[in-house]
Amino acid sequence: MAAKSIDRRWIYLFIFLGVAFPLIFVIGLPIEITENTQMAYDLIDNTPAGSHVLYSFDYDPASMPELHPMAKAMVRHSIEKKHKIIFTALWPMGVQMIDDIMEQLSTEYPDLVYGEDYVNLGFKVGGIVTIQAMGKNFRSVFPTDANGKKIDKLPIMNNIENYNNISYICSFSAGAPGIKEWVQIGNDVYKRPVTGGVTGVSAPSILPYVNEQKQLTGLLAGLKAAAEYEKLIGAPALATAGMDAQSLAHLIIIIFIVIGNINYWRNKKKKGDK
Amino acid sequence: MKRTLPLILAMITGFIVLISDFIPHWPFGMITSEIEKWFLIISGFALILGQINLIKVNVNKIRFKAEGWQYFIITIASFAIMVLFGALWGTQSNVGLLGNGTKIVEVIGSKPFDYLFDNVYQHLQATMFSLLAFFIASAAYRAFIARTPESNLLLIAAILVMLGNTSLGSFLTGWLPENLDFLHLPNVSQFIMKYPTTAGQRAIMIGAGLGLIGSSLRIILGIERSYLGGN
Amino acid sequence: MVDFFEVLGIWLGAFFTFAIFSFLYKDNPVYKVAEQIFVGLSAGYWFIYTIFNVMIPNLLTPLSNNFSANYILILPAILGIMMLMRLVPKAEWLSRFPIAILIATTAGISFLRFLKSDVIGQLNATMINPFAGANWVVIVGQILLVVGTITGVVYFYFSKKHEGAFGVTAKIGIYFLMVSFGAAFGYTAMARISLLIGRLQFLLGDWLHLIK
Repeated sequence: MAAKSIDRRWIYLFIFLGVAFPLIFVIGLPIEITENTQMAYDLIDNTPAGSHVLYSFDYDPASMPELHPMAKAMVRHSIEKKHKIIFTALWPMGVQMIDDIMEQLSTEYPDLVYGEDYVNLGFKVGGIVTIQAMGKNFRSVFPTDANGKKIDKLPIMNNIENYNNISYICSFSAGAPGIKEWVQIGNDVYKRPVTGGVTGVSAPSILPYVNEQKQLTGLLAGLKAAAEYEKLIGAPALATAGMDAQSLAHLIIIIFIVIGNINYWRNKKKKGDK
Repeated sequence: MKRTLPLILAMITGFIVLISDFIPHWPFGMITSEIEKWFLIISGFALILGQINLIKVNVNKIRFKAEGWQYFIITIASFAIMVLFGALWGTQSNVGLLGNGTKIVEVIGSKPFDYLFDNVYQHLQATMFSLLAFFIASAAYRAFIARTPESNLLLIAAILVMLGNTSLGSFLTGWLPENLDFLHLPNVSQFIMKYPTTAGQRAIMIGAGLGLIGSSLRIILGIERSYLGGN
Repeated sequence: MVDFFEVLGIWLGAFFTFAIFSFLYKDNPVYKVAEQIFVGLSAGYWFIYTIFNVMIPNLLTPLSNNFSANYILILPAILGIMMLMRLVPKAEWLSRFPIAILIATTAGISFLRFLKSDVIGQLNATMINPFAGANWVVIVGQILLVVGTITGVVYFYFSKKHEGAFGVTAKIGIYFLMVSFGAAFGYTAMARISLLIGRLQFLLGDWLHLIK
């Protein structure tokens, strides 16, 4: 008798339960730090206090589960290192992502002053063209911040003209435009260190930029890297909470792959016998 | 003329942008800065074109009573409500035609546009994408069969990376002694990503990069004309 | 009243989440309605953001604040309107001009950027001494990196038939590409599961308060 194929709705149910249960009944599996996450951490950690840094939020709510936790962790790290943070976004909804994170972090760091410690320049359409134009002068692209205030009136932007005044660029990227464009202009043209995080889908195509030429200084790839960063800064949060669920879901997928292969080879053997 | 003039315009624009990278001084630098500003404005119109086209397509489907036409009324209604809320009361960082919506914010906690975005749109988008988790599991069960040496390699690499990317991988091989550290699943996964995967992706990047350079040159030189559309 | 709308918002989120999830069992009208609401809201969102974040600050504000210094922006405004002529079949040809500028600008920028970062940058990064490594694992890895990149690029050369020594090299390239695709699948699976984790964190946390 040929092995029957499993109804896909059973697979959906197992995946659903495999993700839901560990979220409720935490197992607490260990998290190990990988090389790329450590490199990104070291870049931020070794940047002196008072340095101006650029954070670009290049994602939308669809990628929030992966990128929001790592963005929050890295921004938190920058705040603790007393960097002056300039936020921008190449995706329109990136602005909301910035607002959401700063709303959360402002309650934990009430001494942060908008305009002095951080500024949100907002979103500009244009992708690589925008990044290129910013390289000449930020003010030509962002004459005002996201709230309409002239950036010349903001103390954080004093003497900040272009990338030459920026210590590093950090991009959280769900696709194009994103971290690839920041590497192409920010690092390859203006020689600024670039780091950041990407979704798991983009990771394999962005990883080649992490090389000896340091086109990228480390890279956080997916939820696991976000959990690793949370561990490094000693602030476990959403990403850490999701790792058990991730583990069990991956195990379920692998089990189904094995079952699929067993079914295939059994059916093939039976056809061969006939 | 309807095709020739745009081609000439493309050629001039492309060459100016290329030359300004090598000669950033006047006039090329100035012209390129101006082109970059124009690019932003024209891109904005392109976005608006997309939305108007969407409405046009949906209106036509309703007019000609295409299959499931009743659902497209919902599309247009949702679009209209979102645009109305945004236009009248603005967004979080923008003022609308009726002001900043202070009274409404006092009642519902945020502007209507932002309320719809946070409590409806965000959840719809996130859930749409999370469906892929189920589909990828189902697709893996059906399609990931070890038939040929190539598919075996793909399967083994996928399983090792999937295990190594989770805490389960650390747990399963955490007991290995230090001299066998290279067999620790997270290290195996890192090795696969750092070396053979990077090699494969690099080959794709170089190939695609060369292809893109070729097609960019063809566009600037006017050999590639498909973007102009038909007659 | 704000609290009521906050709770209502969470319930709306939960309702629409299950409306989309219902597709997993079977396609149904609730899913279809939720899908169309998503499409409509998405288009509406982009429209409003384009007006507020692109048109007003880049075009309307400079023209209204200082027309004499910014009158040249009339030109891209005209080009933008020509872009909209794409909707009118008889005037569609007018949209070729702004499209030509957009395409040519992107081509000009991309040409140099991809040449530098994706071709020369990656070739540069591959020109390493594979035998200079801290331990044998690194050395093996670096050899794989160099061999894999070269054979992978050879595979993509379709102007010559893949036979003989060339064919063997291309075949080795395919093996590296397969490993690369398998790893890409692993990361894609991780990404998709993460999205589901995010949804369930909302449902179990914000909605049902079963998790912190």
